[in-house]
Amino acid sequence: MASESIALRVHKSPLHVVYECVATADHKKIGLMYIVYALLFLVVMGIEAILMRIQLSHANATFLSPEVFNRLFTLHGTTGVFFVAMPILFGFGNYLVPLMIGARDMAFPRLNAFSFWMTAFGGFFLYASFFAGGGLSQAGSAPDVGWFAYAPLTSPTFSPGHSTDYWTLSLLLAGVGSIGAAVNFIATILCMRCPGMTLSRMPLLAWMNLVMGGLILVTISPLTAAQLMLMADRYIGGHFFDTAAGGSVVMWMHFFWIFGHPEVYVLIIPCFGFVSEIVPVFSRKAMFGYPAMVAASVSIGFVSLGVWAHHMFTVGMPSYGNAFFVLTTMVVAVPTGIKIFNWLATIWGGKIRFATPMLFCIGFLFQFLIAGLTGIMLATAPFDWQLSASYFVVAHFHYVIVGGILFTIFAAFYYWYPKITGRMLNETLGKWHFWIFLIGFHLTFDFMHIPGLLGMPRRVYTYEAGRGWETWNMISSIGAIFQAAGILIFVYNMIVSYFHGALAGNDPWDAWTLEWATTSPPPDYNFAGVPAVRSRRPLWDIKHPDDPDWKYE
Amino acid sequence: MVAALLSWATLPTFADARDGFFGPTNIFAPDSTPAHSIFRLSIFELEVEGAIFVVVFSLLAYAITKFRQRKNDDDSEPPQVYGSNQMELAWTVLPVLIVVVLFLTTAQVIHRVQDARRPPGTIEVTVVAHQFWWEFRYPQYGFVASNELHVPLSAPQLPTPTFLALQSADVDHSFWVPRLAGKTDLIPNHPNTMWIDPQETGLFLGQCSQYCGVQHAKMLQRVYVQSREEFNKWVHAQQQPAASDPAVASGSALFITKACFACHTVRGTIAAGIVGPDLTHLMSRDTIGSGAVPLTPENLRQWVHNPASFKPGSLMPAPDITEQELDQITAYLLTLR
Repeated sequence: MASESIALRVHKSPLHVVYECVATADHKKIGLMYIVYALLFLVVMGIEAILMRIQLSHANATFLSPEVFNRLFTLHGTTGVFFVAMPILFGFGNYLVPLMIGARDMAFPRLNAFSFWMTAFGGFFLYASFFAGGGLSQAGSAPDVGWFAYAPLTSPTFSPGHSTDYWTLSLLLAGVGSIGAAVNFIATILCMRCPGMTLSRMPLLAWMNLVMGGLILVTISPLTAAQLMLMADRYIGGHFFDTAAGGSVVMWMHFFWIFGHPEVYVLIIPCFGFVSEIVPVFSRKAMFGYPAMVAASVSIGFVSLGVWAHHMFTVGMPSYGNAFFVLTTMVVAVPTGIKIFNWLATIWGGKIRFATPMLFCIGFLFQFLIAGLTGIMLATAPFDWQLSASYFVVAHFHYVIVGGILFTIFAAFYYWYPKITGRMLNETLGKWHFWIFLIGFHLTFDFMHIPGLLGMPRRVYTYEAGRGWETWNMISSIGAIFQAAGILIFVYNMIVSYFHGALAGNDPWDAWTLEWATTSPPPDYNFAGVPAVRSRRPLWDIKHPDDPDWKYE
Repeated sequence: MVAALLSWATLPTFADARDGFFGPTNIFAPDSTPAHSIFRLSIFELEVEGAIFVVVFSLLAYAITKFRQRKNDDDSEPPQVYGSNQMELAWTVLPVLIVVVLFLTTAQVIHRVQDARRPPGTIEVTVVAHQFWWEFRYPQYGFVASNELHVPLSAPQLPTPTFLALQSADVDHSFWVPRLAGKTDLIPNHPNTMWIDPQETGLFLGQCSQYCGVQHAKMLQRVYVQSREEFNKWVHAQQQPAASDPAVASGSALFITKACFACHTVRGTIAAGIVGPDLTHLMSRDTIGSGAVPLTPENLRQWVHNPASFKPGSLMPAPDITEQELDQITAYLLTLR
């Protein structure tokens, strides 16, 4: 069981490793760099969250100044969306999609490396504002305009110095990286599939990355355009968002949310892919209603482009405008419901193995149900007039992002870590991680809905006593400690298992998609020969030659 | 059932604004028609969603309990099922029907709240939001008040709702007093409207709910709902010019020479600044700093000395004055009843 028995794990000098990272265009190495980079920022944003939870744990707290608090929530949000969630999903997509479709690499390997480095520079640039954001004459400071940076708070009048420029430029850089990655995913998935793999036989994870790529192309572009307009406003006398000169601050909201809402689907659609790969394997059944799942995901992608103004029910749109966005937003519930029912039907009649990846997926199913239901409440414009910009919204989208997205990302780690490293993650530690994080998640975010219902707006650095908010905030803060403990167990597990984990072999989960047909970790060239498939589950066909899938599909 | 639970938990407790475990800004304790309409809609929706939740949750819980792998299971795979068009159709059509019902109910409430007409007797108030305080103009009565909004009770037989024209002097803000209505944003160069018709007298709290800068958190709102007589009395008092007391002449002179007048208005004097709150009837208010602290002589003195001690990030600078001058200015302000 010595580590030498793992294919390709040879000792290299640190300098050599650095050189390989900088120079590589291999989809697996780039995928890993995305993931490691995102985990680094996950820890950073977690620390920011903990600081905010300390400040909010009791009324009239003075642990943080308002200035610092405002920077923290701006960075927490911006980092979470652009430098944790997106890169980690790009990372898994990069690593897995070529393997799952039987390809040698992504379609454009050098564009792939370029995209990663643009995204990476974006994140480092954002944090450089801590030292340089105030401009040459002042001390540095990070952006404090909130992650959706509503105009005119970003104008030179209200945001002097350079902190807002750091925010703008870092998103511009990351946006270029994201568009590059999207082009690459689309080209790879459409053009690089192995013989026999028609679109209707493609693993759902690849489908989801295709939908994600399409969404990114349509939605990151307006964000990038808006950043350019903001730069023009700030430096060359543009008047896009300058109301004194006939500009419109509402236009910024439209630009931001036509990006911002589909962005939620950019993040969660690949996670649907993780669930659709993991749930069938651990239920020992084929995915129920594969064509319906594809259709539902594609229609979520399209409908999500017409719902953005549900973030703007309080800005004074006419009643018929509000009603339109109520309808489009509620329609999203239909394909989303289809997905939940199909996962349920996949589990139904199976033989469920409760390994850690499956535990996280089951957590996801329950939590995503609740997040969907609170989402419909927020889609109801009049109800939203009360709930919007309150802690109810904060609780809702954390239910989606942590309870939905992060839970499935954990599932993906436990599921594919053996493929990536050749060693299993420790199951006992994995279960500890699951349960402690689950408790922390529910303590923090279940109870966070309540102060919102009791009138607590988001983005307040403190609140007065006697408003009925203290108890709920204290519980939320206590939950944050559990979540942090869960993350520590996870990080510890990843490090220890890398050196001492049980050997995985090619196919530890008895799974069915192509990535499990090659060695763990896969060689540079992925497959010794070009694979050919006849069904959605090529490894099932090999394992059950008497009862192959292609007879039924 | 949900309605019964919520009303049991919240409604009776909230006759008095500050009482109760759920605090004074509970959205489930409405006291004005827009808030009531939202409340009823939200209860209906919670009941529908509660039913969906129970059904789907039970199915999921049943599935993961019933279909788990047993210790004595053989290694054979369970029967493979690839899908069913009938089931897909069923769980598509059913949600569509629910969406149609929810949408129609919602559209009705949107129309009722947003497109309401002004009955005769409507009170008009123009709300101008500033970083980080509120200006209330009463065009029908010809005066400006700050930070504490007074409105009359609206009786069902003779409704006198208050329509608020919402404007911003700088960045985006949002008007949110949960027991009276949902929130509406105040956006520069984008005038909005909302209305309230409170059914009970008393104090209603709220606060700015669109992030507006450093002191977003202490841009608090206080709405005083008064009987018609009380309200008329208040209006009459506000219409008067500022009191002029020769005993505090030194303070009123300092108010000019130390440039306080550049930002603040005191009607009846040359002070006509529009950057900060109108101080003509400062002492008729209960709080300073838009609800930051109670208005007491000590707090007022401390506020003038250094506003940041109560509200760091407040745009009011600490004036460069001696202790004695501070006393004189405070004494002057205390006469502005």
